[in-house]
Amino acid sequence: MSKIKYLVLGFIFGIILIKAEVVSWFRIQEMFHFQSFHMYGVIGSAVMVGIISILIIKKMKVKTIDGEDITIEPKTFNKGNVFGGLIFGLGWAMTGACPGPLYALVGSGLLVVLVVLFSAVIGTLTYGALKDKLPH
Amino acid sequence: MDVLTQPWPWYISGPLIGLMVPVLLIMGNKAFGISSSLRHICAACMPSNITFFQYNWRAQSWNLIFASGIVLGGLVAGYFFANPHLILLSENAVNDLNAMGIKNHEGLIPVELFSFQSLFTLRGFLLMVVGGFFVGFGTRYAGGCTSGHSIMGMSNLQLPSLIATICFFIGGLIMTWFILPFILSL
Repeated sequence: MSKIKYLVLGFIFGIILIKAEVVSWFRIQEMFHFQSFHMYGVIGSAVMVGIISILIIKKMKVKTIDGEDITIEPKTFNKGNVFGGLIFGLGWAMTGACPGPLYALVGSGLLVVLVVLFSAVIGTLTYGALKDKLPH
Repeated sequence: MDVLTQPWPWYISGPLIGLMVPVLLIMGNKAFGISSSLRHICAACMPSNITFFQYNWRAQSWNLIFASGIVLGGLVAGYFFANPHLILLSENAVNDLNAMGIKNHEGLIPVELFSFQSLFTLRGFLLMVVGGFFVGFGTRYAGGCTSGHSIMGMSNLQLPSLIATICFFIGGLIMTWFILPFILSL
């Protein structure tokens, strides 16, 4: 099954998240208090590598391993970027985690994080239900 | 054995995270992002007639498989090869945590705040349930999280992703500086 590759990639990403300590509430607090370069270094260098790699993919017209064209959907701005972004930011500082780290923390044995993850799913469910009433 | 349990410096882990962008594109033309998994979970597990969840989530199953992989990665790196030493925070961070009443800095997250017992305190409930709710609500409203917007979106030089990332930070700063001290005192 070709989908196995995504399990492997997720596995690798989970390891990186833990090793980078981006899953750590302590590190996120430290970041928001500007008390260390660590998190900024992680995110900054990740974005730089991402930018360079996409430039290379586009310039050299790199294809997928199945020979298909690589296409990246552009993102269109909507007010959700702002309002949703702010709300997520509030939650990020409270929980010390964004979605990826939630999965990694659960895997690391911190089962109480399942409560956070479940709450996040309910949050998404609520967004879906209220979407048409929210400014976009 | 230490080499397996020690954390990695930012200049190693950061670029590796960045490499997830081209790897996922090359492996299957997939855009790196995690928060959409929350939407897929809703669509898959919670039957409803909410239009937001009426789409072919199976076509995005790679994302759920990817998230499952993250759990396994967390198990190996965070459980079997957990860092036995205290996290190396800056001295100022340590002092601040102590001043906030968080004395136990073992592990990845403060057990004083995040535990099944603390879930039944107002403070714990706010942090875990309300905080989690904000993460799920906010990421979908924003159309992405730190992976989808901050890493993937910004790597593709998308202005909406830069705006979203800036708002992530503003939200986090507002919470950290103005609201969290109050929550932690509860």
